Amino acid sequence: MTEKDDDMEIMEQERQKPRERHFRQKTEEQADISAERTEVKEPFNPLIEVVNYNFFYGATQALFDVDLTMPEKQVTAIIGPSGCGKSTLLRSINRMNDLLDNAYHRGDIRIREQSIYDAGLEVTELRKRIGMVFQKSNPFPKTIYENVVYSLRVAGQNNKTVLNEAVERSLKAAALWDEAKDRLDESALSLSGGQMQRLCIARAVANRPEILLMDEPCSALDPIATAKIEELMYQLKKDYTIVIVTHNMQQAARVADHTAFFYMGRLIEFGETKKMFMSPDKKQTEEYITGRFG
Amino acid sequence: MLKQPPLLKPEVRKYRPPGESFVWFTATGLSLGLVMILFLLGIIFVKGVDVFWPKKAALIELKPDSPAQIGPERFLAGVVTTVQEKIGGDSAALAESQKEWQLFVGNKDVYGYGFKYFDAAFIQKVSYPESLARIERLEYGDAFGYPVMIKLAAGQIRTAGQPGFIGELKRLVHESEKRWDKIRDIEKRQIGKINDRLEDLRLKEKSRTSQHGLEARSHRELIAQEAAGLQGQYQLLAQKAQELRKLQKQDLIVYRLASGEEKELPAGQVLGFYFPNQLNWAGRAGLFCKRVFQYLSDAPREANTEGGVFPAIFGTLVMTVLMSLAVTPFGVLAAIYLREYAKQGFFVRAVRIAVNNLAGVPSIVFGVFGLGFFVYFVGGSIDRLFFKEALPTPTFGTGGILWASLTLALLTVPMVIVATEEALAAVPRGMREGSLACGASKWQTIQRIVLPASAPGILTGLILAMARGASEVAPLMLVGVVKLAPTLPLDGTFPFFHLERKFMHLGFHIYDLGFQSPDSEAAKPMVFATTLLLIGLVVVLNLGAIIIRENLRKKYSTGAF
Repeated sequence: MTEKDDDMEIMEQERQKPRERHFRQKTEEQADISAERTEVKEPFNPLIEVVNYNFFYGATQALFDVDLTMPEKQVTAIIGPSGCGKSTLLRSINRMNDLLDNAYHRGDIRIREQSIYDAGLEVTELRKRIGMVFQKSNPFPKTIYENVVYSLRVAGQNNKTVLNEAVERSLKAAALWDEAKDRLDESALSLSGGQMQRLCIARAVANRPEILLMDEPCSALDPIATAKIEELMYQLKKDYTIVIVTHNMQQAARVADHTAFFYMGRLIEFGETKKMFMSPDKKQTEEYITGRFG
Repeated sequence: MLKQPPLLKPEVRKYRPPGESFVWFTATGLSLGLVMILFLLGIIFVKGVDVFWPKKAALIELKPDSPAQIGPERFLAGVVTTVQEKIGGDSAALAESQKEWQLFVGNKDVYGYGFKYFDAAFIQKVSYPESLARIERLEYGDAFGYPVMIKLAAGQIRTAGQPGFIGELKRLVHESEKRWDKIRDIEKRQIGKINDRLEDLRLKEKSRTSQHGLEARSHRELIAQEAAGLQGQYQLLAQKAQELRKLQKQDLIVYRLASGEEKELPAGQVLGFYFPNQLNWAGRAGLFCKRVFQYLSDAPREANTEGGVFPAIFGTLVMTVLMSLAVTPFGVLAAIYLREYAKQGFFVRAVRIAVNNLAGVPSIVFGVFGLGFFVYFVGGSIDRLFFKEALPTPTFGTGGILWASLTLALLTVPMVIVATEEALAAVPRGMREGSLACGASKWQTIQRIVLPASAPGILTGLILAMARGASEVAPLMLVGVVKLAPTLPLDGTFPFFHLERKFMHLGFHIYDLGFQSPDSEAAKPMVFATTLLLIGLVVVLNLGAIIIRENLRKKYSTGAF
């Protein structure tokens, strides 16, 4: 037992290394926050429940009997090799897969115990409660301001004060305010790649959703922009439940509280990130994490 | 030791890589096409511009007793238009010269024709006398001659050579021009207004004939009173116009033709005159600009062979704009449904093929459809419902600019649909998903994201449609285009926009000049000028749309392209 505890401690130190590296240039205040972060352990309040979920692209089944519960106001990472169905699951949560012809599902996904396929729930209402950030940043060809307030505008909000407040709050939440506040009327396409992705995050949180889905948000970004967005996730999880799909194991280890490992459309393992990266239950998980395949 | 052979033997280098000759083949195809187009445009440009350039007037002295002599004297005056090999004829008699000349002699009122062919062998001498004038007249086209004297109404006579003769001539022409303006104003605008009101009263009266009783009678009396008042005004105006017309005839200008005849012409018939052989380069350029301006701003005269084409330009523009207004929403909405909402399957594929094939239907078929559906069915119904009093004279039940525009809209809608569909398909998927993920409905996504992003592509389709619509003639002949429209579709009388009016069109004007004109030789230059103008107009319309498109493209350019 003691041996194992020691191991745990060593692992814990190991795990903190990248984070320390990451934060060595941060200010005092931010360092405090990060210290706090590692100490406080949030309670596990289930928010998203995936129940016996199967998904089919025509004749091809992409997800097999997935049962998964994701906690509120924490970061859940979904990892796995390409084609394992992790994006499919993410896009099922806000019913983005409805757009596909010939695709159908079996089973259920519940948010706060309400099924997302509930007949009484408009899909647009569902999506207003769930923000999404895509792999490839996709700002609209509009001004920065109009990009951020887009979700409010489509919800019928045209009050200038409300919109202004939302822009400032969202850009601050996305750590873009300082860079963008003087150029809100410029085209969003004039931003750099990392800024564009943060703008997409600002756009996703403008309407104060409960859940933020992130589909490999950093895969097209350089390390500095990636670091900024990871730092952002720490800030955002105070207010939002975040589900992130990532290819990058280190990223999952750094940002996620819980991690789900998928392989060939099946959920292999789900658990606390710390535990999963140190002592995975399944051999497949261990092999994937240690880079023996995938 | 084994020696490795070099990868590329030196002698191989002189051969071309395989397939290189096909590059030449494709390039030849392109250059052939370009040469043909440039050649065509070049001819149209040169001939079209040439029409307005003032040319020297030649005085040709004929040999004694030549059959080419047309008057008492052995002279011909005019502009040499063609010198060509003689076709047929007695070659032995014309051994020294096989050429014949074509001369624009004008003076159609005297000679009965405007162009004269004669053998080069009959020419004794060609000169360019400075005193030879070219007189532009209201009727019978231009005249060549030497101004001799002016007979003023008061009985005074000014003869050529007296100081101030040319000045007096200019003053007369200027006065007559002003008087014509006045006459036009009275006859077209003022009398036109009174006529409109009389027609209104007549229709009002007609619509009340079915009613009886005291009220109706008093009403009828009121109408009669008003009509009588209008009639009085009409008489006054008509008399005024009559007097002005009389004034136009009082001063006479006398000129002598090169062939010897003398001709008296009322000053009111003269539009202008100039001495083509006195003009220097700047004078010619000035006259050129003036004639181009007149061509663009005047109404046609003399069966369209003289004067300008303003009503045709205006009609073409208005029709093209109306057509664009009709075709854009129609085509865009259809394409949105086809691409965004319709379930992609056999039926949608069939519709798409049908739309594409629609673009290949001969345009005259659309004309026939427009005549049957828009003019007779829709127009006839409108007449029966809203313009009952005017029947049997049709109001909308006859060809008009609205029906022509709608017919052309139908003709060009496939282009807009195809272009819009392509533009919609080119909007990156990520942008749609981004919008949907923000909680936007499908329609909101289309309206706020997809349509703006595809606007440049839609405009490309509209540009194609406009170019096609503006230059289409065949269907228009059935649904409202006329050789000569007395009024414009847009003017100062209420309700300003007269959608039911017939109109003139540059394309039809070309056809009319080239193939329906009584004097094809006189119309030929106008055909080129009008063709050039039509091409120019299409280019201008397209440029306008392209500028809008580039602006949109800048505004909505996406990182994905």
